[in-house]
Amino acid sequence: MMTPDADNKANIQSTHSSSVAGVGSRITELFFNKIHEKWRSIVVAIPFIWLLVFFLAPFFIVFKISIAESLIASPPFSSLFDWTEEGVITVRVIFDSFLYLVEDELYLDTYLTSIRISSISTLICLLLGYPIAYAIIKSPDTTRHILLLMVILPFWTSFLLRVYAWMGLLADQGTINDLLIWLGIIDKPIRLLYSHFAVYVGIVYTYIPFMILPLYANMEKLDMTLHEAAADLGAKPMSTFFTVTLPLTLPGIIAGSLLVFIPATGEYVIPDLLGGGNVSMIGKVLYNEFNANHDWPVASAVAIALLLALVVPMMIYQHVQSKEGVS
Amino acid sequence: MTIFGFGWEIMTNETNYQDRQWLDPDAEPFIQLRGVTKQFGSFTAVKGVDLDIYKGELFSLLGGSGCGKTTLLRMLAGFETPTSGTIYIDGMAMNDVPPYERPVNMMFQSYALFPHMTVESNVAYGLKRDGVKKSEIAERVDAMLSMVELSDFAKRKPHQLSGGQRQRVALARALVKRPKVLLLDEPLVALDKRLREQTQFELMNIQDKLGVTFIVVTHDQEEAMTLSTRIAVMDQGQFMQIGTPTEIYEYPETKLIANFIGSVNMFEGRVVSNDDDHMLVDSVETACRFELGAVAKAEKGAKLWVAVRPEKISMSTTAPQSVGTNQIKGTVHDIGYLGNMSIYRIQLDQNGSSEGGSLVEVTVPNQVRPKDGKHAIDWDDEVYLSWHPESSVALFR
Repeated sequence: MMTPDADNKANIQSTHSSSVAGVGSRITELFFNKIHEKWRSIVVAIPFIWLLVFFLAPFFIVFKISIAESLIASPPFSSLFDWTEEGVITVRVIFDSFLYLVEDELYLDTYLTSIRISSISTLICLLLGYPIAYAIIKSPDTTRHILLLMVILPFWTSFLLRVYAWMGLLADQGTINDLLIWLGIIDKPIRLLYSHFAVYVGIVYTYIPFMILPLYANMEKLDMTLHEAAADLGAKPMSTFFTVTLPLTLPGIIAGSLLVFIPATGEYVIPDLLGGGNVSMIGKVLYNEFNANHDWPVASAVAIALLLALVVPMMIYQHVQSKEGVS
Repeated sequence: MTIFGFGWEIMTNETNYQDRQWLDPDAEPFIQLRGVTKQFGSFTAVKGVDLDIYKGELFSLLGGSGCGKTTLLRMLAGFETPTSGTIYIDGMAMNDVPPYERPVNMMFQSYALFPHMTVESNVAYGLKRDGVKKSEIAERVDAMLSMVELSDFAKRKPHQLSGGQRQRVALARALVKRPKVLLLDEPLVALDKRLREQTQFELMNIQDKLGVTFIVVTHDQEEAMTLSTRIAVMDQGQFMQIGTPTEIYEYPETKLIANFIGSVNMFEGRVVSNDDDHMLVDSVETACRFELGAVAKAEKGAKLWVAVRPEKISMSTTAPQSVGTNQIKGTVHDIGYLGNMSIYRIQLDQNGSSEGGSLVEVTVPNQVRPKDGKHAIDWDDEVYLSWHPESSVALFR
């Protein structure tokens, strides 16, 4: 077997020996470089093709439906292109669905409720998750891994099952009410389930790992001597936090907040199961338009509008990120 | 503690202690450590040390990794609390004073510059925390940046600077608060050799100009020698010796110190006679008699080591005219040519043969060029080594 050293020597010899061998080795080198370059584009192309097929294509289908007309047929919407008998293509674009979203206050209200609920949930996740992530970073190596595992542990059970478990906990005859009555704090059950409170509990519970993990990843890179440097220069702990820790963990805060905010806004299961009829979020409206009303164009318009509402904060984040990369 | 001739001379002849306050019995130490111990679990990093550092000193804590020097510095900064003992700075006990209220600033080994702030904001950070007026902050930051020659880089972020520039930002940031004490943790370790030498002298100039007390932690003996007014050599959480660079180098107290700072030749022997002005020592190993200047009391027959630095030994190919003390004969075993000087390893003759004798190191300045690849004294030449009685040191442990 050749040691790396011997290999090197062989290489050097080949370049020094006759020109024929030299040219030969150069050609193979070029060949491998080409393969190498190709590989890179192939590796990059795969996820792009994936996204194109499975994200962009459905998006255009949904968009197409949103500018169609609702019909009682199968499929329940008019087609975009029509061949007239003279062989001319007619394109029918109908913005009724979008106008309907603006005209009916229900939709705007639901959007605002959704955004409010997900914003407040994101904030709660941040306020709870930040100290948790920081505590995990500060704990000794062995406990750190266990704590991190505990953050991810809930993912090992089905999401739906966990939400049902919360229903059991929050119900009128549920564990929490039973406990409070047994302790003598309350006489009769208080309403926990089917309220905004229950939705907040569900969303915060479900999405807090998505806040903790990016924060953890960000804080792991944090140089703790910077805290000592700040203290050394006269900064009290509070001041150190606001001038050093917070600005340096901002990327983690933004990433975590987006990871919570975006899926929480479109959340369907939690408001449906824990909020019942009392909390209407956009995911539920969308579901109803599709399944109860069979109004596919309006449902698609709701989805498109939701997407736009969520893409904007994403773009802002991207913009901030790229600016940071430059500076 | 044994004070050798050199030290005594100063004590008796000098009345002006300005640069050597530690010799002035009336001088008030600026920093005092009293029985300071630090334990991490079962490991004792610093073992009950006492130390006095005076105002305006450039004091070095020198030692290998894990010797406790960094722990000591961190206790001075306030990042670690002593397990027992007290640290006084400017007469005030520091044990319960948090880092942000201490009159000290630190320059971190990694510089610990705030990556999200410009050079200017980094330097201004400490002043802002103290609530200094905006106009004054700007003025002092400007002055400090021009002192470290970084005025043109004020708007840059740390990652846009070179290692040497970052080091200067760290220095400016620590000095702008006008601390009474500046702590420097391996200040030059991240710089390349040329820059390190230049920065050493810059540091000394700044220290001289501002009169701040510097405490430097280093593992680099050369750095400690050039920078310091005094050096404390640390090992296993204790001071082995505290003294000026000259004292530490010329009059080491133990074999460990002699070996740690520079290189040294050591010969084991027993005291033959010890008069007021000189001591005679017989060495079995070299079959040679050594003469030393007047030193500590040593009884006849006591075991000791005679230590001689390589540059104190003169080497000749011709035999000395008379047989005397401090003379040994050997053969050139090895030559290390360094350009400005050469290091010779001489194998001593043992019982009349040159086989298996111990090696002695001798450094010789290259005043004459080697001719045709041949040194003035070359491989396998027979040489005679000798040195002045005042050039060697007797070590008892």
